[in-house]
Amino acid sequence: MSQARVPAPLMALAGLGLLLFLLPVAGLVVRAPWGQVGQELLAPQTATALGLSIFCSVTATAIALVLGIPLALVLSRTTGTLRSVLRALTTLPMVLPPVVGGVALLLAFGRRGLIGAPLYQLFGVQIPFTTTAAVIAETFVAMPFLVIAIEGGLRSLDQRYEEAARALGANSWKVFARVTLPLLRPAIFSGAVLCWARALGEFGATITFAGNLPGRTQTVPLAVYIALESKPDGAIVLSLVLLAVSLAILIGLRDRWLGEP
Amino acid sequence: MSLHATINVERNGFALSVDMTVFDGETVAVLGPNGAGKTTLLRALAGLVRITGHVELDGFVFDDSATNRHVPTEERQVGLVFQDHVLFPHMTVLQNVAFGLRRDGERIAGAWLERAGLGDKANALPSQLSGGQAQRVALLRTLVTEPRLLLLDEPLSALDVSIRAEVRRELARQLAAFKGIRILVTHDPLEAIALADRLVVLERGKIVQSGSPIDVTAKPRSRFVADLAGVNLLRGRGRGDHIELDNGATIAVPGAGEDDVFAVIHPHAVALYRTKPEGTPRNVWPARVEDLDLHAERVRVRLGGPVPLVAEVTTSAVRDLHLEPGTDAWVAVKATEISVYPA
Repeated sequence: MSQARVPAPLMALAGLGLLLFLLPVAGLVVRAPWGQVGQELLAPQTATALGLSIFCSVTATAIALVLGIPLALVLSRTTGTLRSVLRALTTLPMVLPPVVGGVALLLAFGRRGLIGAPLYQLFGVQIPFTTTAAVIAETFVAMPFLVIAIEGGLRSLDQRYEEAARALGANSWKVFARVTLPLLRPAIFSGAVLCWARALGEFGATITFAGNLPGRTQTVPLAVYIALESKPDGAIVLSLVLLAVSLAILIGLRDRWLGEP
Repeated sequence: MSLHATINVERNGFALSVDMTVFDGETVAVLGPNGAGKTTLLRALAGLVRITGHVELDGFVFDDSATNRHVPTEERQVGLVFQDHVLFPHMTVLQNVAFGLRRDGERIAGAWLERAGLGDKANALPSQLSGGQAQRVALLRTLVTEPRLLLLDEPLSALDVSIRAEVRRELARQLAAFKGIRILVTHDPLEAIALADRLVVLERGKIVQSGSPIDVTAKPRSRFVADLAGVNLLRGRGRGDHIELDNGATIAVPGAGEDDVFAVIHPHAVALYRTKPEGTPRNVWPARVEDLDLHAERVRVRLGGPVPLVAEVTTSAVRDLHLEPGTDAWVAVKATEISVYPA
């Protein structure tokens, strides 16, 4: 197949655009203190941040799976205005500045918040500035990615599989567990990976709602931001780790998510 | 045991309005062109579409819009077989067949597969089956649940022509062994005639004709049925010794009565001439050849004119008369070759 050629001026602009992506990555790779990578990774503060990041992002993804799959199911089965409202609500964290999300979470779960106040008064439970808060913040910003991916999967699912199951006498739970869920596996997988990646990189909502407490709420992105002042080498090494994870996800999901044949 | 259904479905400007009764042990083929509402009818019976009306099987009410009753599909004990098997792709053949069974599923399913000669495929995935095998497994998966009503939606049309006959024979055998009511949707007249005791012809959401295959094809009441029976169907008003068509043309035929009638003319009874014939036939009309279609030794000639007809002639007649699209000709039909019945 012969395609129309891209006009030269557009080609040049495209090149500039690519450079904008490429240069920062190159900067990171070139300036990395390669000799000290191992040493920096094993530094107590770095290791703690990495461990916390993995714990928080995996927990957030697990919660997103438990809540997000049913949510996607409900979304895919509703129509009309209700659907638009639910959809807007679900995707809001995707477009909301994460800092605003953090503020909103504080107002809901903070000590004087909507839910936070009674929680504190009745049970003495305090959510902000705890690891729980970091997990909630990550779930808040990352779950939409999972919901959207799975809803897409549900919409492209051949309805007749579920109809065939119902005609064979399967109640709604059996249809879901034995037919819908297994058939959704690819969508669930790519949704979960995207959700996890988003959770891993989460910064704004976390620092606002959970603070920056080493060992409790200081995840890798927060550690990078802090370390940039005091020890830039550590910041670069942590950034490399996040870059590597992002690249691995992109390559792994290339076929599933980016729509390549 | 019997099925009584009064079904009205209205969706996106399409209206299905059907009233039918099917008796125990009967195989009914719902036949009709694409978009006639056949599949919607089947889905309504299966409970996958909400209807206005009343559906009742053996005195058990599935749907009754007056009392807002709607039994969900999973509680109807209806078997539904789709056009392309719709086997669950993530389950083995055995798991698929056992899906609808509660206790001892895999043992019973295994026995059914053995009996059908598909025992060696038990652990295969649906993607490893041929089209014919997959459709046979799909049929087993439904039959094993012993449904009270079996609904088949174009069960053979997704198959290659080469294996269709074989699967059709097996389907006929399975249908004969099945005790309940069978409703088969198809647009293939051969399938309908081979498998069904009764045809129900559906067009634009309405039943236009119902009866045994022989009755239906002998007295078509729609262009669709006439086409599949391969005959010319004309509709007009009886005027004693002739029929008057809407466009004013007349067809001489004794005993035409005084009501709306159908007239059927077999294509081989339509004679073609290049010049106006003299003599006996009273029905002579000018015509223009629109189209020629070769069927084995015979050629079907589609003719336009006051009385649009299809004539069936020999290949040598086509040659001798120099027939080709656009040729002007005369058609003649003997009155005795026309059968007339009330519309």
